[in-house]
Amino acid sequence: MLQPLIYDIGSPGRMGVNLPECDVPKVELPAALLRQELALPEVGEVQVVRHFVKLSKLNYSIDQGLYPLGSCTMKYNPKINEDAARLPGFAQLHPLTDESGSQGALFLMRELQKWLGEISGFEAVSLSPAAGAQGEFAGILMIRQYHIDRGEGQRDLILVPNSAHGTNPATVTMAGMHVHELPSDDQGNLDTSALRAACEGELRDRIAGMMITVPSTLGLFETTIREVIATVHEAGGLMYMDGANMNALMAAVKPGALGFDVMHYNLHKTFSTPHGGGGPGSGAVGVNEKLAPYLPGPIVEIVEGGDLPRPTPSPGPFPSELGKGSPPTISPPSLLGGDTGGGETTEPPLYGFVMPEKSIGRMKAFHGNFGMHLRAYAYIRVYGDSGIRDVTRFAVLNANYLRAKLMETYIVPYPRYCGHEFVLEGHFEDADDIHALDISKRLMDYGFHPPTNYFPLIVPEALLIEPTETETKADLDEFVEAMESIAEEARRDPELLRKAPLTAPVRRLDEVRAAKELVLCCAPALPR
Amino acid sequence: MSYIPHTAIETEDMLAEIGVESIEELFEAVPATHRFPQLDLPPPMSEMEVAAEMLAISEANDHAQDFAIFRGAGAYHHFIPSVVNHMLLRGEFYTAYTPYQPEISQGTLQATYEYQSMMCALTGMDAANASHYDGATGLAEAVTVALEVARHKRKKVILSHAIHPQYREVVRTYHQGRDIRIIGDRGRGEIVDLMEMLDDNTAMLAVQYPNFFGQIDDLAALADAVHDAGALLVMVANPMALSIFKSPGELGADIVVGEGQPMGVPLGYGGPYLGYFAIRQKYVRRIAGRIIGETRDADGKRAFVMTLRPREQDIKRERATSNICTNQGLMALSASVYMALMGKNGLRQVGELNYYKAHYAANEISRLDGYSVDMSKPFFNEFVVACPRPVVEINEALLREGIIGGYDLGPHYFHLTDRMLLCVTEMNGVEEIDRLVEILRGLA
Repeated sequence: MLQPLIYDIGSPGRMGVNLPECDVPKVELPAALLRQELALPEVGEVQVVRHFVKLSKLNYSIDQGLYPLGSCTMKYNPKINEDAARLPGFAQLHPLTDESGSQGALFLMRELQKWLGEISGFEAVSLSPAAGAQGEFAGILMIRQYHIDRGEGQRDLILVPNSAHGTNPATVTMAGMHVHELPSDDQGNLDTSALRAACEGELRDRIAGMMITVPSTLGLFETTIREVIATVHEAGGLMYMDGANMNALMAAVKPGALGFDVMHYNLHKTFSTPHGGGGPGSGAVGVNEKLAPYLPGPIVEIVEGGDLPRPTPSPGPFPSELGKGSPPTISPPSLLGGDTGGGETTEPPLYGFVMPEKSIGRMKAFHGNFGMHLRAYAYIRVYGDSGIRDVTRFAVLNANYLRAKLMETYIVPYPRYCGHEFVLEGHFEDADDIHALDISKRLMDYGFHPPTNYFPLIVPEALLIEPTETETKADLDEFVEAMESIAEEARRDPELLRKAPLTAPVRRLDEVRAAKELVLCCAPALPR
Repeated sequence: MSYIPHTAIETEDMLAEIGVESIEELFEAVPATHRFPQLDLPPPMSEMEVAAEMLAISEANDHAQDFAIFRGAGAYHHFIPSVVNHMLLRGEFYTAYTPYQPEISQGTLQATYEYQSMMCALTGMDAANASHYDGATGLAEAVTVALEVARHKRKKVILSHAIHPQYREVVRTYHQGRDIRIIGDRGRGEIVDLMEMLDDNTAMLAVQYPNFFGQIDDLAALADAVHDAGALLVMVANPMALSIFKSPGELGADIVVGEGQPMGVPLGYGGPYLGYFAIRQKYVRRIAGRIIGETRDADGKRAFVMTLRPREQDIKRERATSNICTNQGLMALSASVYMALMGKNGLRQVGELNYYKAHYAANEISRLDGYSVDMSKPFFNEFVVACPRPVVEINEALLREGIIGGYDLGPHYFHLTDRMLLCVTEMNGVEEIDRLVEILRGLA
């Protein structure tokens, strides 16, 4: 046992908080409606702190080292963004505050909508989806409604390559539509002959659209992407881009300009918001003019007054007169606003929420994961126009460097430069019965988080590696050394890999037992 | 270069290793006509400038540190012990991802297992998942589970009008592609009216507890009626109210969902929040999202792992019932630390404080000329006040006095014009409540 359960370290009567006395007259509680039992732990503050600190130490995290989990973009999460998120004006802002009292938040959301639209080449953006998968869902619902409104409700098929993230086909089903899977060719590209067969054959009138990841889940840019887009458009379908891999595209290409109709962004991947041990994410969606009326709402628009000119020099467009009467405690020069430089003072516009005309509806209560919006805002602000392109450039450099180094020891299936990630095969001809899983587990003993394994499904023993731009050459070199050393161990002492990890807090787990016995809740908490 | 550590020399070395002259060459697969567009974004900023800008933007909002707040309606201003934030800020938690590799993720896994356990204790259910996006999407996912349990042979879903209006909107968004009927919420039906809608085509009936108006409905006969019709009873419960009121399990619920924000998650302009989802054992294999289970490692040591994985989208793909992947893990950790700190006695005390203060405020307001408070049913920390003039006018006057008033029900409920939903929590001191009452008196 590593750390006892929180239920096992308490004592009856102990409490971890100290609450104020009741300062109003007490009324009688409605006895018939009250519960008798409340099986929560009874633990003191110090015990709680120690418990969670000890638990935290059993985790691997980005703050500790390279986390090359392909398709998840585990880049450094800037600390300043955490400070910003905890400012009272954000953290203690009620979501149903009148718009006049939340102009700061609305301003920020609108700026982020504009910036995301600019980065991807889309007309309009909604920040409301809570995660990438929800962004996908919104996108497919929009495509569905678009066809229905045009009297083509029979279009119920979404083309999905066999290399797709599992969320893609699952999304299609959730939206009440059907998946038509397409194969990939030996170069890792989509098989365009299969695509043409689908789009030009008897299914043509049923094609609602296609979901595709760019660069693909193999980390490869589809060389035929424009042809793919044209083929689907000609069949009357719309193109959805899974933006999970946007870290490879910023200022390299705009998906909207390539012809995509809709995509989602993962603010927790590309724009550095923390992954939080599984979430929260944030899955904004961008669309072209065809789908703009269908965006999930609400979105932020200027509801009164004109837009401020976009400033090119450093002073931001943020007017100090926004919001409530009390001025900010600090008024940095960049925020004095109002003065556009010509000595004229402009009235600040009024920002407000609107539901797009034919909106597919709300994806969640309130207006998206705002805490992630503000982190993404701060992130884009730090990099700015000249820096954002470097994020992509160095992410791609790091991935290609690792790929070049690891090609000497591992099978790298596609002989092309990669985007921000690449796949290699985690097995050896001369080391029987060593699998991607064994290599992954052994990496833990070398102090690294393993890559994504067994995805994409089309590569045997896949190890999908995404280093991100925030790693130094030295970090990458250490990883290469570990991978080389493991390759050598695989031949010399394969048992070492099969038994790994040896130095992690626990050894390999019995997952069959977990699913069979299904202990999902500890005994003291179960209802009596 | 901000968070990019490369030096020019390192970059040169790396390019040489790859065998290219420049980074641009690595983008040769991108169509040349569309390669390297200019981006119209603001220029870069230093950390100092960004910090100042974020502060200035944040201060252009009316927040709970500067204003007394009497607004709830799905997002609640509660006390959050300092420890919660300190634990959340541990990089080991917030800079990790989904615990795909359990050997080096036992911290997240055990904390999530403890969260599931505490949610079971609170709701009276047998199992809980690791979270949905928020209360509204939790309800939408509960509809999916109910339809699955009925093998899609039952096509009717009954929602009470006293469920949060936005939650009902989200249910309709999620299920717009399905051949089902959502009824019950476009009137003002009481529980007995909802019970009359039950038939053998009904997959589920959902109520909110306390309901959107803060009230505890009489649910005594509901569960039997729903179960007799062969449907599932879904309850949307405020976890803070469960500190003192009977658990949904005791009331016969099959699925309990709701917004976990009241437990340790700040208002944060509506997100990230925490959709909790708890269920009876017999339906557990229908649940969507991550679930953590107990097991043993190769040495027999107790450990935790994501389980029932074959239900999930990355394995089941188009046959999965939900596409959820990333959830609200860090918010589940907040709730876990919060519930551990509060514990059995603390949480009950907070619940009682809410009850006493809300009742004090309701009683005081009900004595004012021109106002009346709906006390027809027991309530927790929210109640409906009929006002002598439009709610907008009252709220404007309150705002001038530094108070964020109640939520205007008129736009959502045609029969509730000039009614505001007031919320009083442990954060509202008696002076604050008295001041609210005095200002309201002046507006009669």
